[in-house]
Amino acid sequence: MKLVIIKYNAGNIQSVLYALERIGATAVVTDDISEITAADKVIFPGVGEASTAMAYLKERKLDRVIAGLQQPVLGICLGMQLMCRYSEENHTNCLGIFDEDVKAFTASAAATIKIPQIGWNNIHDLKTPLFKGVKENSYCYFVHGYYAALGEHTIAATEYGIRYSSALHRDNFYGTQFHPEKSAGVGEQILKNFIEL
Amino acid sequence: MLTKRIIPCLDIKDGRTVKGVNFENIRDAGDPVELGALYAAQGADELVFLDITATNERRKTLSELVNKIAHHINIPFTVGGGIASVEDVQVLLQNGADKISVNTSAFKNPALIKELAREFGSQCVVLAIDTKKEIDGNWYVYLNGGRVKTDRLCFDWAKEAVELGAGEILLTSMNNDGTKQGFALDITQQLSMNLPVPVIASGGAGTMAHFADVFEQSGADAALAASIFHFKEIGIPELKTFLAQKGIPMRL
Repeated sequence: MKLVIIKYNAGNIQSVLYALERIGATAVVTDDISEITAADKVIFPGVGEASTAMAYLKERKLDRVIAGLQQPVLGICLGMQLMCRYSEENHTNCLGIFDEDVKAFTASAAATIKIPQIGWNNIHDLKTPLFKGVKENSYCYFVHGYYAALGEHTIAATEYGIRYSSALHRDNFYGTQFHPEKSAGVGEQILKNFIEL
Repeated sequence: MLTKRIIPCLDIKDGRTVKGVNFENIRDAGDPVELGALYAAQGADELVFLDITATNERRKTLSELVNKIAHHINIPFTVGGGIASVEDVQVLLQNGADKISVNTSAFKNPALIKELAREFGSQCVVLAIDTKKEIDGNWYVYLNGGRVKTDRLCFDWAKEAVELGAGEILLTSMNNDGTKQGFALDITQQLSMNLPVPVIASGGAGTMAHFADVFEQSGADAALAASIFHFKEIGIPELKTFLAQKGIPMRL
């Protein structure tokens, strides 16, 4: 099986590669369009800022490539947010795979929260085989200042001030807001599940 | 619910773990990769590696070590010590570090924080502050591992750094560090309650109750300790169970 990690101007890509190695999977990190489209599975990771990342993807025509992929695709953190319709982060039009919009966390009188959210939070209402063998309320590692709203594509939810989508799914596309590559055993299970989809 | 974090800190010199007591008298406590993996397996929520190597080979040794850590550890980790430029950070992140911490270099050149936040995002920029309460009752910023006093108040510097883009504050009280008498609750609370970013309390942990105090009384988001973990005075599983029983949100 050929596993590809999309290389672009976002951070944290190596961490995903190493996490896959720990579970015995090998992956290629590339921005080569033919290599990406020929892969059996594609991971679209990333930590960074939405508008810069989208501009980079567009410039290299990777935006259309990603949106047109037929094989299982897993977006992680910024990767998942870029798969949404629109992000409030510098008013960025994203790939539109998921209809859900990405909004900024805001502190309110009811909930004083630190922004960005940094740390371990639980995921629940888990759906799809991506979460096979993962218990409800398992803890995953999150680092983000923006979140995807709840919607029809939500396959996991988390609370931080409000309730939001911690994972999304539509057809062959999956996305997690948390970092499976940094979420200890739970994250390794989710990565294994993706590989076995 | 977002949990409070327990963070073992590994001081690194020439690729080995050391621990300074009151920033002096270092003592070897093992291989950082092995120790880090052990803590991760025991339920540590994150790790911090602070490099205190002063040789010319430092950068290369550190990036190699970071790469090794990133291969073996399945939880997030921060790397700090002597980081002074965008290039330094680039190398560490490329080798798999999740966050970096800056201290003296950022104080001397606050624009560095802004550059790092713009380049890599606030989420990976941790500002480390070593602070000491003087006889006038104020907490001042110290530099160079606590050897150089400044006239800057800790809170003012932390606030400025957050405005520049620091995503987290790692606050070490020099008065408390190495004493095992508990964390500095007052300054931790001042930062935690008045800044919009998470605060990691450091310095003074001696008992499990000290951790409960810093979470319950000062609102810290995370607590960091070194020697009590390295010398097995407190085990991470028992500490987290103890805190969870007190109603503090913990990942168990």
